[in-house]
Amino acid sequence: MAITGTERVKRGMAQMQKNGVIMDVINAEQAKVAEAAGAVAVMALERVPSDIRAAGGVARMADPTIIEEVMKSVSIPVMAKCRIGHIAEARILEALGVDYIDESEVLTPADDRYHVNKREFTVPFVCGARNLGEALRRIVEGASMIRTKGEPGTGNIVEAVKHMREVQAQIRKVASMSEDELVAEAKNIGAPIELLIQIHKDGKLPVVNFAAGGVATPADAALMMELGADGIFVGSGIFKSESPEKFARAIVDATMNYKDYDLLAKLSHGLGTPMRGIELSTLNDNERMAERGW
Amino acid sequence: MVSEKRLNIGVLNVQGAVSEHAEFVRSLGDNAILVKHPEDLDQIDGLIIPGGESTTIGKLMDKYQLSETIREKAKQGFPLFGTCAGLILLAKEIEGNEKAHLQLMKMTVNRNSFGRQRESFETPIAVKGVAEDFPAVFIRAPHIVECAADVNVLSEYEGKMVAAQQGNLLVTAFHPELTGDTRIHRHFRQIVENHKKSQQ
Repeated sequence: MAITGTERVKRGMAQMQKNGVIMDVINAEQAKVAEAAGAVAVMALERVPSDIRAAGGVARMADPTIIEEVMKSVSIPVMAKCRIGHIAEARILEALGVDYIDESEVLTPADDRYHVNKREFTVPFVCGARNLGEALRRIVEGASMIRTKGEPGTGNIVEAVKHMREVQAQIRKVASMSEDELVAEAKNIGAPIELLIQIHKDGKLPVVNFAAGGVATPADAALMMELGADGIFVGSGIFKSESPEKFARAIVDATMNYKDYDLLAKLSHGLGTPMRGIELSTLNDNERMAERGW
Repeated sequence: MVSEKRLNIGVLNVQGAVSEHAEFVRSLGDNAILVKHPEDLDQIDGLIIPGGESTTIGKLMDKYQLSETIREKAKQGFPLFGTCAGLILLAKEIEGNEKAHLQLMKMTVNRNSFGRQRESFETPIAVKGVAEDFPAVFIRAPHIVECAADVNVLSEYEGKMVAAQQGNLLVTAFHPELTGDTRIHRHFRQIVENHKKSQQ
């Protein structure tokens, strides 16, 4: 008998995206550019994160018209974002048939205490995390894929680097701990002991971990892969750059060949101006999206 | 199982579930070689093309001159095993207006045949000569619409062809690499071993 929505089917979908680039798009035309450049999936949005930042106000799930337009225009998987804790938006996205839901801090949270119970869904979820505890809380809620939060819409890679390094360092720490230290560590980081035991044994997360939030150049993508990312999300970095086609292709190539430095040098030539970017010290605390989520 | 003679089995390292296949290869006692450049193909006895996004893998294979070399080798009997995206990449034709990639197996395939991700599923199926109850994981999976007489159909699910072999070319629409069940990989290993012996 066929069973849908199993852990293997949901996590497996993310495994098929490894070494790939997932690009934010706001219409069919951009989705086609992304697909032609070799994106493994697109994230259908009403606004890219830098425009969400600029617009202010409450950011919600995109209009289904946009999501359906994108779904019709490409053959690669289509993802879409719901607000943190917004069970109804998540169910709407599932009903639309999107291939992956991002319960995302880029949108304004709908619940200031709880995330969606993602285990109850057939469609898989990706969630952001700044550290191992946060990643494991999301996984135990049913997330099938993790990404760094970074600081979305800034074109500044520093937060994504911090989050990726933090998660990797904590994994190494758990892997090298003695077994009797695991319970206390689980308590320290606010994560379920069962998952810590699994990480202690495997030396890695039980789901794939992508980099997101601030990738603006091929070198940024290569940096995140070097630090152990399984793949890359690019938000504003492509369609807010001077030449989206070139940036999209170069970031795909750089992700696949992140250790080929001669090629990276070649790829980085004459791309035009990347998205402008924001120095993080100029952001007020209430403008930081990465702080959202619990 | 550690065999007396290790084989060098390549896993195409462009995009997708590369490490999963490599782990399977190693668990059968062979060397897993990650293949990124045409010259990497010289040191392997057979190649696995993993699941991933076929449009992405196809583009990058062309760009890095892998397609041509793989095609030429396969025409000389070099064994290939494609799962999901790998099945699409090996097909002679893809339904719709999409350009086919390696065009090695005499079959027409249809992409995303079982619906979108929420319709993706797992189910036990029979794989001829390999297993009666293989745990098949279908993720936005393709299927074989039609194939030539010399393509041996190994599995069908709900009337759709989902695994096949043509000479030393083996394909599945599902993902054995996600299951922990190595029987299909053992079958491919046998193909590779036989081919290697025939070359000596």
